[in-house]
Amino acid sequence: MSESIGPTARHSAPAGQAAAGRPLLELRDLDTDIALRRGTVHALDAISLDVAPGQTLGVVGESGSGKTMTALSIMGLLPPGGRVAGGQILFEGRDLRSLPTDEVRRIRGVRMGMVFQDPLTSLNPTIRVGAQVAEPLRVHKRVGRAEARDRAIEILRRVGMPRPERIVDNYPHELSGGMRQRVAIAMALVCSPSLLIADEPTTALDVTTQRQILELIDDLREEFGMAVILVTHDLGVIAGRADRVAVMYAGRIVETAATEQLFHAPRHRYTEALMRALPESALRDSGGHDRLISIPGLPPDLSGPLTGCRFAARCAYVSDECRTTDPSLIPGTHQHACLHPVPTPAGAATGPAPTQVEPAAKPAQVEPTTEPVTAAPADVAELPVLSVRNLVKNYPVRGRGLLRRAAGQVSAVADVSFEVRPGETFGLVGESGCGKSTVGRLSVGLERPSAGQIVLDGTDLTDLTGRERRRMHRQVQLMFQDSYAAMNPRMRVDAILAEPLEIQKVGDSAARQARIATLLDQVGLSRRALERYPHEFSGGQLQRIGLARSLALHPRLIVGDEPVSALDVSIQAQVLNLMRDLQRELGLAYIFISHDLSVVDYMADRIGVMYLGKLVEIGPAREVVRAARHPYTQALVDAVPSIAPDRAATRDGTTIRGELPSALDPPTGCRFRTRCPRAADICTTEPPLAGGRHQVACHLPLRPEPTGTPTQVQAVG
Amino acid sequence: MSTLSEAVGPAEPNDTPPRGLWRQGLIVFCENRLALVGLGLFVLLAAVCFLGPLVYQTDQVHTDLTAVYRAPGEQGHLLGTDGVGYDQLGRLMLGGQTSIIVGLAAGVLATIVGTLLGAIAGFFGGWVDAAVMRLVDAMMSIPSLFLFMLLAAIVTPSAPMLILIIGAFAWLGPARLVRGEALTLRSREYVQAMRGMGGTGGRAVRRHIIPNAIGTVIVNATFQVADAILYVAYLSFLGLGIPPPAANWGGMLSDGLADTYSGHWWLLYPPGIAIILIVLAFNFIGDGLRDAFEVRLRRR
Repeated sequence: MSESIGPTARHSAPAGQAAAGRPLLELRDLDTDIALRRGTVHALDAISLDVAPGQTLGVVGESGSGKTMTALSIMGLLPPGGRVAGGQILFEGRDLRSLPTDEVRRIRGVRMGMVFQDPLTSLNPTIRVGAQVAEPLRVHKRVGRAEARDRAIEILRRVGMPRPERIVDNYPHELSGGMRQRVAIAMALVCSPSLLIADEPTTALDVTTQRQILELIDDLREEFGMAVILVTHDLGVIAGRADRVAVMYAGRIVETAATEQLFHAPRHRYTEALMRALPESALRDSGGHDRLISIPGLPPDLSGPLTGCRFAARCAYVSDECRTTDPSLIPGTHQHACLHPVPTPAGAATGPAPTQVEPAAKPAQVEPTTEPVTAAPADVAELPVLSVRNLVKNYPVRGRGLLRRAAGQVSAVADVSFEVRPGETFGLVGESGCGKSTVGRLSVGLERPSAGQIVLDGTDLTDLTGRERRRMHRQVQLMFQDSYAAMNPRMRVDAILAEPLEIQKVGDSAARQARIATLLDQVGLSRRALERYPHEFSGGQLQRIGLARSLALHPRLIVGDEPVSALDVSIQAQVLNLMRDLQRELGLAYIFISHDLSVVDYMADRIGVMYLGKLVEIGPAREVVRAARHPYTQALVDAVPSIAPDRAATRDGTTIRGELPSALDPPTGCRFRTRCPRAADICTTEPPLAGGRHQVACHLPLRPEPTGTPTQVQAVG
Repeated sequence: MSTLSEAVGPAEPNDTPPRGLWRQGLIVFCENRLALVGLGLFVLLAAVCFLGPLVYQTDQVHTDLTAVYRAPGEQGHLLGTDGVGYDQLGRLMLGGQTSIIVGLAAGVLATIVGTLLGAIAGFFGGWVDAAVMRLVDAMMSIPSLFLFMLLAAIVTPSAPMLILIIGAFAWLGPARLVRGEALTLRSREYVQAMRGMGGTGGRAVRRHIIPNAIGTVIVNATFQVADAILYVAYLSFLGLGIPPPAANWGGMLSDGLADTYSGHWWLLYPPGIAIILIVLAFNFIGDGLRDAFEVRLRRR
């Protein structure tokens, strides 16, 4: 299966081939407006695209770029106030805007299918899976109840659903996220459409599940011979999957080309900046932890008139001409709308990729780094800021009856031990549900552990009470994924920043004001921010405010729970840079929790990998990512989508399948053995976390611990 | 510091002058025509009741049996007189004062008590929640009109007494509503963030739960006031209201009922219409406030 989807195979045909046949879908100068209370937003401006039968078109852009609006315009699903204001949507040569309503409804219902981002909200919780999947058949093809059920089972089987004849009678809440997304795909495919539009189909899923779903879409595309429009913000997702890519910015297409061409040699300055803002680019270019190249500023407001290049205000190569003349797409196979494009490297468009170091792709060849890791050695003698020992957290699950007897317990964290040294970043990765957030919440004292110790600066915070417990919170602060949700919407920013100082009774009113002003300077916000409310800020700005609030009490440790996961790539780079700068200036230690291995790889000095409540591997960041010892870590590394052109081709079959088992009844022995490709009899006994600097909890590790590192007595546990 | 130079530009919020949340809410409220009509109606009725007597002076203490059942317009009585010679328009004003004062005060009292108890029950949960909510359930299971009648029969009703009686039973509704809000609000991340700073439960209720439930609370308060006005009317209609010479619209309606068939329409319709108008006014205001509070929290 995986051979057939290798992009190299598909890309061997010249990119211009698509133009030969008549495109299945063609957008011509599509304009979409959305009327809001405060005025009309011109969400799309003269979008022209085409998709040939059997082709995958990737549409990529940051939030607000109009990529989703393009999908919704095609499907006629624009939000209230939205309307297509101009242009044509040609489906097999017929304009959907001028056809009679019934006909359009039939085309959209039968010939097109759409998959949405959130599989939980796109399914109706009160209708059985089978009935939902078959609904398009019942509506558009007037199929009888019994036949609809049979067809639903058949299509569920084809999307790789285990036991489809039982799943049809389940309700959506009984399925996991990945399974729900399969149901959503089945629903989109049940009428055998010739076009599938997938709007961020994997954004809400874990990387391992994401990989399975993307492969499924690829397989189905070939099987059904349909065209796919893959809308996403993630360049890595596009890189391995699409034939052609359109990059959108501020309601326009700024660059479109064959995938390989675009990723080898982007021409538009925005595309280039976007790629360089990825943490993996910084690691690849320098091999070290350099600052990320971020894109300053925010995308323009689309409700007003705009002149010149829309990216001009944020572009590093801007000239006066850019601000006045509106660049249009230069026709050809590689179209871009940039007055100062990236010069084409000689032969890059056709020739092989420039020799880039891509260690993650070929981990076997990389010699384990014997050179000391940047932060570690000097600090060994220093006392850790945080030391977690044999941490256990169980949540009781209560039965339904009147007495609500305990029916069992969810083992969220099981015997986890690690240390964080001053000034160090400890990365914690794992799939959702692995307990990494719980470890974070326990570390900041938001919850009490069931067993084990959390030693912060020499005192065990599990047995602190009252006043001491309150003072403990000065040492360690939490940074949230969604800072908007973590701020009271009715408090102004000055009140939000003053709150930790008030609670801890730090200083008088004047001292607090001074502290707040310093904090704003540190995170790079102006004083005017103080009088505003959280909803007036963008995601990146809110994350800065969140960081400022975490810093207010001069903590020694900040626990960041997915602090950049909700941000766009360019903004993510700004926040990551800021976090690193502050770490250097203030000597902070971070626990950086994320599901995104590439971000953790960039940020962390050491990484711990969690699986189902257990720490399965812990070691220096570079080694864990490039020379993983646990099969689960390797699977995670393999599943991370990358923009490196040669990376996608090297994907092998050693991926893990299936879903995370229930933490209510975790597998005995090694918890990963139910999904592990290397599982053997010995795995029924629990493997201890063993090793020196790079520890692993596996009976059959992928590779021995690199020699040359002094074998220490196990530091913790 | 390099962080600064890179970030200052982008980090500026858009350059519109900061507009307070209240102001944005006010704009939305004003976009709702019916809400404005309701507000206007209430202001008008209140002005007539409280300022009217300064212009249109009548004797509402002494009966005048020489001037009973005068039709509207006769001898300067704009709305005629009733069965004991009180000027009907003057009496409407006086009755309105009682209705509005008792309605507002009882509504506010019920809202405050209900909000506090509901927020505490919802936030702290456990036995506190169980105790408060079982009390609410128990009291709700008894028909409130029956209780009012019982109490009104035991104690002699006066305006403050009516406020206390109605307030003592009307807090149940807001308590339930606010408890529900508190249940969802307590798991919000900003409450957790505050806990992570070492804050206490009391602070959470004061600074986070109640301010964020305030939309629900205020909307509900307007309906509480309307209900309280109706309760005053019910009780007086049943003869358990404040005794004469004090007046209120419910009592006037009750008196007027006796004259339905004698053609003295001016004794029946004006108080009835006044009650309908003021209840309607508060309901419109409530609807408008609901819109205003919802929009205020909309993220851009």
